Amino acid sequence: MDDQEKRAGLLSGGQVTRRDVLKAGVIGAAGLTVLPTILAACGGSSATAAPAPITLGSNYSDPVPKKAMADMAAAFTAKTGTPVTINTVDHGTFQDTITNYLGGKPEDVFTWFSGFRMRFFAAQGFAVPIDDVWSTLTSNFSDAFKVGSTGNDGHQYFVPIYNYPWAVFYRKSLFADKSYTIPVTLDDFKALCTKMTADGLIPIAFGDKDGWEAMGTFDIINLRMNGYQFHVDLMAGKQKWTDPKVLAVFNAWKDLMPFHQTGAAGRIWQDAATALVQKKAGMYLLGMFVSQQFKAVDDATLADLDFFPFPNFGTAFDAEKALDAPIDGFMLAAKSAGGAAGAEQTSAKAFVGFLGTGAAQDIYVKADPSNVAAAKDANTSNYNALQQKAVQLISSAQKITQFMDRDTNPGFAGPNGMQNFILQFIGNPSQDLSALLTQIQAFWDGLPA
Amino acid sequence: MTQAREDTAPDRAGLTAGSSGAVASRRRRRYSVLTSRDKLILALMVGIPLIFDLIFIWGPTIASVVLSFTQWNGVHPLDGSQWVGLGNYEKLWSSYAPFWEGVKHNVLWFLVLMLIATPLGMFFAILLDREMRGTRIYQTIFYMPVVLSLAVVGLIWEFQYSQDNGLIDSVFRSLHIGNVDWLGDPNVNLWATLVAASWRHVGYIMVLYLAGLKSVDPSLREAAAIDGASGTQTYLHVVFWVMMPINIVIAVVTTIESLRAFDIAYIINHGKNGLELLSTLITNNSISEANFIGFGSAIAVVLLVVSLVPIVTFLTRMMREEKQ
Repeated sequence: MDDQEKRAGLLSGGQVTRRDVLKAGVIGAAGLTVLPTILAACGGSSATAAPAPITLGSNYSDPVPKKAMADMAAAFTAKTGTPVTINTVDHGTFQDTITNYLGGKPEDVFTWFSGFRMRFFAAQGFAVPIDDVWSTLTSNFSDAFKVGSTGNDGHQYFVPIYNYPWAVFYRKSLFADKSYTIPVTLDDFKALCTKMTADGLIPIAFGDKDGWEAMGTFDIINLRMNGYQFHVDLMAGKQKWTDPKVLAVFNAWKDLMPFHQTGAAGRIWQDAATALVQKKAGMYLLGMFVSQQFKAVDDATLADLDFFPFPNFGTAFDAEKALDAPIDGFMLAAKSAGGAAGAEQTSAKAFVGFLGTGAAQDIYVKADPSNVAAAKDANTSNYNALQQKAVQLISSAQKITQFMDRDTNPGFAGPNGMQNFILQFIGNPSQDLSALLTQIQAFWDGLPA
Repeated sequence: MTQAREDTAPDRAGLTAGSSGAVASRRRRRYSVLTSRDKLILALMVGIPLIFDLIFIWGPTIASVVLSFTQWNGVHPLDGSQWVGLGNYEKLWSSYAPFWEGVKHNVLWFLVLMLIATPLGMFFAILLDREMRGTRIYQTIFYMPVVLSLAVVGLIWEFQYSQDNGLIDSVFRSLHIGNVDWLGDPNVNLWATLVAASWRHVGYIMVLYLAGLKSVDPSLREAAAIDGASGTQTYLHVVFWVMMPINIVIAVVTTIESLRAFDIAYIINHGKNGLELLSTLITNNSISEANFIGFGSAIAVVLLVVSLVPIVTFLTRMMREEKQ
């Protein structure tokens, strides 16, 4: 708050006080409740005596994240006296109904994702620009996070809370038992897969029943073979799916497919992760949330989980060390009651500003250690080994992507779009892939402009 | 009010008095039926349901039809710029592959229910009608799935079909029959889903048909028996034809069930990868992050037109019967 605002605040506080004192004189009892307000107003520095309460629309519907979110909101209320009401909606439903939600009567602040998915909704005027919040946050985030929070018009719309890497997960004890070594190149990786098959293991656990999980495999192969810029352009529709470079990606994936767990189209990722937990499978390419399945067993099992970056393909793009590291965070809804202006917006901005601090994010990642805090001033000393390694992996990457369904048009990534096409590929990798890619490009071209 | 009505009624009678006999009789009928209070009540009785009908049925229907000619995504107010004419329908017809998959699957759904599940339900009803021992128990067992919502049925069967810890695959594995990806293989999952849908449908039809069988006049069966007809002959030549109204109801119920098929497929995988249905395509397009309401509406209109065929057939038949 700059000086001018502060002065205005004091002035209005004075007016309210005078009127309240008068009222208090008439109705004695009322004076008791007004008194603290007067005192607070006289305090000077805390001129915003009674901050407007705010509402938060949350898709953190699983028990652990839900509790962590409540803890963060409680910390904000304790710090500032601003009541925060959280409305939690099942995350699938939240995402499917996001347009109606944001166009109707949304809460002041809502949970969302960085990337194209954020810019898409910001561009439709659903979000409040929060450049003023970012003026205080800039020093607390690396440049990549600021880019990830910026809309097409150059304004910031998003406050990151955490991110997590996609990598190849494995059990340390299994690798030690069988004397497997971490593969660095694609050839090493294939040799390891062959060895695992010989040892009676499923080399790569795999599940894609919900349609999005396997997108991560496409992303990483495309990043290794064709590089960050091509991948981002492809996601944005500036490159064609019929490009031979994309065909090469699917062919490379096809070569790896015999090492993948069969029946992926009917398996949820949790069941694929269970194969890794039970040492039936040797590796699993997934986001760090796979650790939730390990944590559910016990802490010793969680401590046995480790990961390595997806192997190099021997291209010029290996040096980018690019990976999917999706960022989650918060936005201000433009159509909420206090969204356009006013005291609620001031409170809401203060809230997202608070969520952008290490103090808030520490609370979250402590409760849900499958993520790492986005803020620089977050306390990383309590991180478990996996979290520490995740920080290293992400910070060593020169290029970071979000994830296919966050980097492209939401209508393209949906169940009858890319989800379905990838499932078609998994169901029959030896089909005519050029024909499949033609279908994909036709689907993109058929989307409303 | 009451006073006024009493006054006007004789007045009206007076006005028409002195006309020909035909008019006099019509006058008397009008007088006896339509007092203004009756008119009011009639207007309310017709008007209120009509208003509800217009608001909740015709309003959304017409809105869907209008929206199907647009590219509306539910965000900006509708204006001319979102108008695409028949564009959505052209896309459906020519380039949107899931649509024809959906049509195919709805047709298969209908055929399986009509040719397998419904006859099976009727057959169970006939067996149970024979008052064999434990009828009540069988009845309860077969009817049990009907009490469950289709969403719950979907969930139950999803667990049964799971290839990692489902019952069905465990049995298959122990018998050393190969591993089948029941819900993931696009050539298999529709049939697996149809088993689940039929599991419920059979019980539903059984109860409807059993109720009908109970109401068949026993003397008809006796007469047939005296004429020397066997049980099967009695059913095929007498009972089936006496039950025509119930048969039609069952045919209509089966048709409607296969047109509105949605829940199980949506629970299993949101209707993709071999489980596309018109209803899931409508949902995936209209209620999604991208909100293709216009395109979803076009699919909804197609489904509406298809649904009108059995509905109109059924209604005209019912009305004709009532006239007789």
